[in-house]
This record gives sequence, C-alpha cells and structure tokens, in this order.
Amino acid sequence: MMVRPSNDVDPAPATGSALGHVTICDLSGQLAGAGATRFLAAFGARVIRVEDPVRQGRWDILRGSMPYRDERRGLEMGGAFNNHNVGKLGVTINLRTDRGRELLTELVAVSDVVTENFASGVMDRLGFGYERLAEIRPDIVYVSNSGFGHVGPYAQYKTFGPIVQACCGLTAASGLAGQPPAGWGFSYMDHLGGAFMATAVLTALVHRARTGEGQWVDMSCTEAGLGLAGPDLLDAVVNDRPMRRDGFPDSNRSRAPAMAPHGIYPTAGDDEWVAIACRDDEDWRQVADHIGEPWTSDPRWTSLDGRLLRQDDLDASIADWTQRQDRSALAAALVARGVPAAVVARPEDRIDHDPVTAAWGLWPTVSHPEMGDVRVDGLPVHLSETDWRIERSAPTLGQHNEYVFGAMLGRSAEDLERLAADGDI
Amino acid sequence: MSAERPGPLAGVRVVELAGELSSYCGKLLADLGADVVVVEPPGGHASRSYGPFVDDVPDPERSLWWWWYNTSKRGVVVDLATADGRLDFRRLAATADIVVESEHPGHLAALHIDHGDIRAAHPDLIWVSVTPFGRSGPRAADPATDLTILAGGGPVWSCGYDDHTLPPVRGGGNQGLHTASVFALMSALVALVHRDAGGSGQHIDVNAHAAANVTTEISSVSWLLAGRTVQRQTGRHAMLEPTLPVQVLAADGRYVTTGFAPQQARHFQLLLDWMDELGVREDFPEAFFLELGIERGGIDSRELEGDPEGLAIMGAGRDALVFIASKVAAYDFFVGSQERGMQCGIIWTPDEALFDTHFQARGIATTVRHDDIGRDVVYADAPIGFTRSPSRISRRAPHLGEHDGELLGDPGAS
Repeated sequence: MMVRPSNDVDPAPATGSALGHVTICDLSGQLAGAGATRFLAAFGARVIRVEDPVRQGRWDILRGSMPYRDERRGLEMGGAFNNHNVGKLGVTINLRTDRGRELLTELVAVSDVVTENFASGVMDRLGFGYERLAEIRPDIVYVSNSGFGHVGPYAQYKTFGPIVQACCGLTAASGLAGQPPAGWGFSYMDHLGGAFMATAVLTALVHRARTGEGQWVDMSCTEAGLGLAGPDLLDAVVNDRPMRRDGFPDSNRSRAPAMAPHGIYPTAGDDEWVAIACRDDEDWRQVADHIGEPWTSDPRWTSLDGRLLRQDDLDASIADWTQRQDRSALAAALVARGVPAAVVARPEDRIDHDPVTAAWGLWPTVSHPEMGDVRVDGLPVHLSETDWRIERSAPTLGQHNEYVFGAMLGRSAEDLERLAADGDI
Repeated sequence: MSAERPGPLAGVRVVELAGELSSYCGKLLADLGADVVVVEPPGGHASRSYGPFVDDVPDPERSLWWWWYNTSKRGVVVDLATADGRLDFRRLAATADIVVESEHPGHLAALHIDHGDIRAAHPDLIWVSVTPFGRSGPRAADPATDLTILAGGGPVWSCGYDDHTLPPVRGGGNQGLHTASVFALMSALVALVHRDAGGSGQHIDVNAHAAANVTTEISSVSWLLAGRTVQRQTGRHAMLEPTLPVQVLAADGRYVTTGFAPQQARHFQLLLDWMDELGVREDFPEAFFLELGIERGGIDSRELEGDPEGLAIMGAGRDALVFIASKVAAYDFFVGSQERGMQCGIIWTPDEALFDTHFQARGIATTVRHDDIGRDVVYADAPIGFTRSPSRISRRAPHLGEHDGELLGDPGAS
C-alpha cells in the first residue's frame, strides 16, 4: 500500500463552488469522456471515476500511456491521463461480480448523473442500461457519449478522435489546395466531444431543475462534428456545390468572409511561420506600408477583388518577403498596426513565453502522488462568483475507495477489506 | 421522439449581441430550446455580408453564414449608438437569464451598458463576454480572426503535412470561433445550474486564445510534462517521434484512415481471412507476421520496447490494413474493417457525411423551411439526443428586425 498521497487531503466537495451539489458517477474515459467530467469537476462537481480493478483501469488507453514526464513508466505515469482527470475521485469496482454490481448500484443511488463513453450496448451488457439506472434513481441524468450514437447502422462501430474527424468531414475540410487532406494533428473531436458531453450533462440538469425529470442522452461525437462544419456545409447543400471538388479545401485561406491576403507564411528560421489575415483594404494598406517594397503599391492589389483574383501571386510575393523576417517581430509590428497576425505558436511559445496565458493562470500545477508537481491545462473562462479550481491531480487507481465506499456509502472497514480480498474492488 | 415536446432549455431567455465569437454559442442555446433573441445594429450584423450566399447572390437575407449561426433565434434591431437603443437593450437584458456578447473590451462600458451597469439592478443575470484575449490583460485590445486565434493559440502547430516545407494548416470551418463559443456555452450552463441551486448570477469572461490553447491535446501535455515539442504529420497526430502514415488512397480514389494498428490475435486472423476473401493473400508479403501474431495471442503496443518480432507483427497489422484499402473502395474498407471490429474511418466531406446512410437513419439531416424564398433547406440538426426533451432547429434564422414588433418597446414583452 502506498503512503497517503498528497492529493488526498480533502476529497469532499468544495464549498462555494458552482456545482458542489452535483455528484457524478463517471464511467467514462479517454478524452472525449474524461474531458467532460474534468470541466465539471473544476467547478466543484463531485466526480467519482469508476475503474476496473481487473484490468487496472486500462480500458482507458490513456492510463499509463505516453506522454511521460521522464523515464518512469507504469499505471500512474500517464501524462494525458493525469491531465484529463484532475479533480476527480477514483474508485475501483469489478462489475463482473455481484458484490461489485451492488456497489455500483449504491453509488448510482447517491449520484445525480451517470456518464460513460463505452461502445454502444456495453452498459446494457453490464446490467446498467438506462431502464435499470432509472429504477435505482428515477431522476437520474444518464449521458452516453459514443462515436456514432446508440441507434443506427454504425451504432456498433468503434471510434477515437481521428476516426470521428474522418467520418464527420472535419478531416476533409482541413488542408491545402492540391494536397491530400491534412486533417487534424490531434483529437480535436475528443475535446469538442467532451464539451458537448458536458453541455449535455448541464442542459439535462437545467431541465431536471425545472421539471423534476431525468433522462437518457444519446450523444454522438460524429454528429457533434458534423455540426461544426459551419456555413460551408450549407453552401454545399443550398448551392449544390459538393465539397469534394478541385481546390477544396484551402483552409489557410478565407473564402467567406472573403479576405486576401489570408494565410500562413514562412519566416526566417527553421519551420517558423506567421499567420496574417487582412479583413479589409485598410488592413492590406497597413501590411503593404509595413513591407514598404515597390511591388506592394501595384494597383492590382488595391482592391479585394484584385487581391482575390491573383491570390497565388500575392501570396508568393508576401512569402518571399516574410521569409526574411523574424516571425515574432513581424507579428507584433502588424498587430501594432491593427492587423490580425500571430506567429504559429509552438507549445513552448504559448505555454512558457505568452503574457496572455500567464496572466490568465492557464497552466495550474497539481501535485501527483507519483509523478510529483506537474502543470496541466486550465480553463479559458473566469467566472466572477464561482470560478474554477484545479488543485488535485488525477486519482491513482482506487485511491478514494475508502472515502467513497466508506464515508459516502457507509461500508465498514472490514467490509472493504473483504471486497478487496475477493477482487470486488 | 415527439417533435411537439419543448427542448431541454425551454423557459430560458437569452439575449445575444450578434458577434462572430459568440454566435455559435447562441445557436446551440437556441437549438437546445432556449428563447434566444439576437440583437443586430441597424443595417444588420457584418456577418450578413460574409456569404456564401444563396445562388451566390449577395444579400443580407441570403447569407448562409447568417443562416447557419442564427437558427432557432428571434431577431431585433437595436441602435446602441442612441439613448433609445440603449434603453431597449437594457429592457431586453432585464428579461434575460443569460446575456451573451462578444463586443470589443471597453465598448459596452463606454456606453454604460456593460454587465456591471445592468447586473447591479439584476443580480440574477448571467452575463457572458467572449473576446479574443479576455476582457482585460496584456493583449485585450488586439485584433484577431479565426486564423490568428488558431495559429497563436496552438492548434495550427499540430496540423499539416509530413513535408515541413508546406505551411502548417488551419483546420477548416471556423473552429477557433467554435471553440470559444463552446466554452462560453458550457460556462453559461454552469452558472445557470448554480443559480437554479440558489446562487446568484455572475459575469463570465471567455478568452478565445486561451480556449484554443487548452484544445491541443498532447501538444500541451507533452510540453507541460516533459518540455518536448510535437511535430506535425499528414492526417494523424503530431507526435514527439514520427509514426507511420494512416491515410490511404483506396481503390476508388477516396481516402480512408486506418487508425490504430491492430493488436489482437482475432484481428490478425480476420485480416488474413479478408485477404483470402479478396483473393490477394499471396500478394501480401507480411502474412507470416500476422500468423506469428496469432500464435503469440496478440501483442500490446505499450510493451514492445526491445521486442523486434512484436514490432514486426505490429507493422504487419498496419500494412495489412493499408494493403486491403488499396484493393477495395473506400466505403467498403470502412464498413468491412468496422464490421470486423477494427477502428478505421472513411474521409467523408461534411456534405457526404450529412447524407450518409447512418446519419440519415438517425435523422440528423433536418429540413428547415425558408418561407421567404419558398425553399426547404437541409441542415445538420442539433447534435445532442435528449430522449425526453429533444433539441432541434426550430426555425430559420431571423430576417433583419423580424421580431422588433413583438420584442421592443414594451418592457414586459415576451
């Protein structure tokens, strides 16, 4: 048994928090699920993450997976797992045994919300489909988050971020003209899927407060992604302009609203880039004035129509100039002239050298019992009365069994010993 | 699901000042059943001029940007530059549970209609401000667009191609705006749940740059944890070390993505069987390693350090998917791999996805009546499936000032 870890000081809900009255029985994982309950935990919800003792919580592929802090490996060393599960309590329950299922039943009975992002049908097979959950607690809010939802031809299909992004169109909508899809270099839809899942939980709680009614919410990440396609999707449908066409996408440019120049340009240095967006003629005049070379006053570039018509030429001329510039100095000079511009920020730029994220307190530190002090993602919002707090690391496997099963559910110490010895927890 | 039942946010009143960073937040609130009133200046919000336009005819009522981001809302015109207009806005805000705005920091304060001015008399009001860099702080006054938010905030660094002479890529569809809006939405709902439990209203400061920063997955985590920088790759995660390509051109010229490399013995067998069905097994040189993977009872990618045979099996599994994809049509590969339990995908364009058989069966493509031009238009419906209180697009975006008559002038209007 490990020493009592430093993040176990006060697992009770924070007072004065927005969601301190909400208890969530959280069977979710990865980022699409864990990201949702992470957000809710930051506002004080008591999120109890249920993990499988038999597989040591590893149905969540992030438990024990890269990125790592150092050369140490093991269940508690997964950096993403820690990042996505800060502020939660962790218990182990073996849902294969009768006594395990009894424990989950007791936990559901004291919960307002049950969340999961298993594949479709898993909760039914475990004996905890919505009907059963509502028997245990009639006004339960039960939110399932799956790739394709629980109904329909692909209901059984499995996904993770990149598959969701491919199937909903986001991958195809990202890229340069004449190149294959670039897609997203990370699981954007795990972040957004988690956001929609948190929205589902909160919305259902608002509905419950007004009607007394709980419900099951069948949330599908691919559908959430489809809704993120934006006005281009309507253009395809209304104007019969299929998106599978030459020149689409060209997503560093901006067709609507029409802007030019609008792109990502090389600067001096290795793999260093700057983004520039000219919203109107005045922005362009400022850029042209800053460049200060004769070609910029060519009348072809005076009007937006002219700049759009020969955008390849314009971009080539701009890139020829920018590649001799320092990216940070250039971005700062253009912003000072009122033109939207930004370096393509590397993680070190925006995390360690960005006055905005520093002033915001965007990278809080948590103390993990095994990893030590580590910085994690904060939240991009501040609430004047009930702001978020991220103070506790992710739970180690079964870290809060004693608190949750004992203090919350009233199980005795002997009982817990027996459950542990029999492999129920 | 009954179309007659009110949405889950029925009874919640939202007043939204039209703005790029917050319009998607307003749309989602409206599609979830809230009564959202979008407030535009005389002449209409700038986004009515963005397009694309219906039949490519520029017109403030034919802007598909405006249509998309303002479904299910009612609309009024209020001139905040005049005292009468500011009074109208104060009266409207006083009827609201939530005000959402994305004005330039300082603009509303200069007009004495900022959250402090109005919340003083209405302490239950929840007021959400969405700005590029936060309402105060070092860069609060700086200009930004979707492109610069995503470039400066981190997502762009991770997106693009293996070839780093090509620029990194902004993902399409206004995701910088969406990310800010989604955090605005979630925070507003947190404040509403708090208020429902007896708490007061409050002000919420949403920072789009910060929102992009915490939406980069392992890019941030790798730096925060280990001070290491991920590098972008074509169609797959930016990583610390290069990984094998996953994006494959299928036999019909469309792309698929192969996802994780298979690791289970069962999947190695299914891949061999699939090749047999297609009659191409003898053309796949690594079949031996799949057989070895079956003999070993599968592999675990997390335990392959110092195991060249295991690595060869893993490579063979991935290569088998790539090989099969090159022999069949993209859709057949997608369905065939998923039916065999492997997580692969087809790279649809969004409009292809909207009309895909699965999404059709789930009814996500919904028809919205545009009475003014006599057309029924297919939209992607609200994406969250509430079983008791269905969310949905309830009406087309409002015309300019369409609801002035019913909403302005009378402080008790509803």
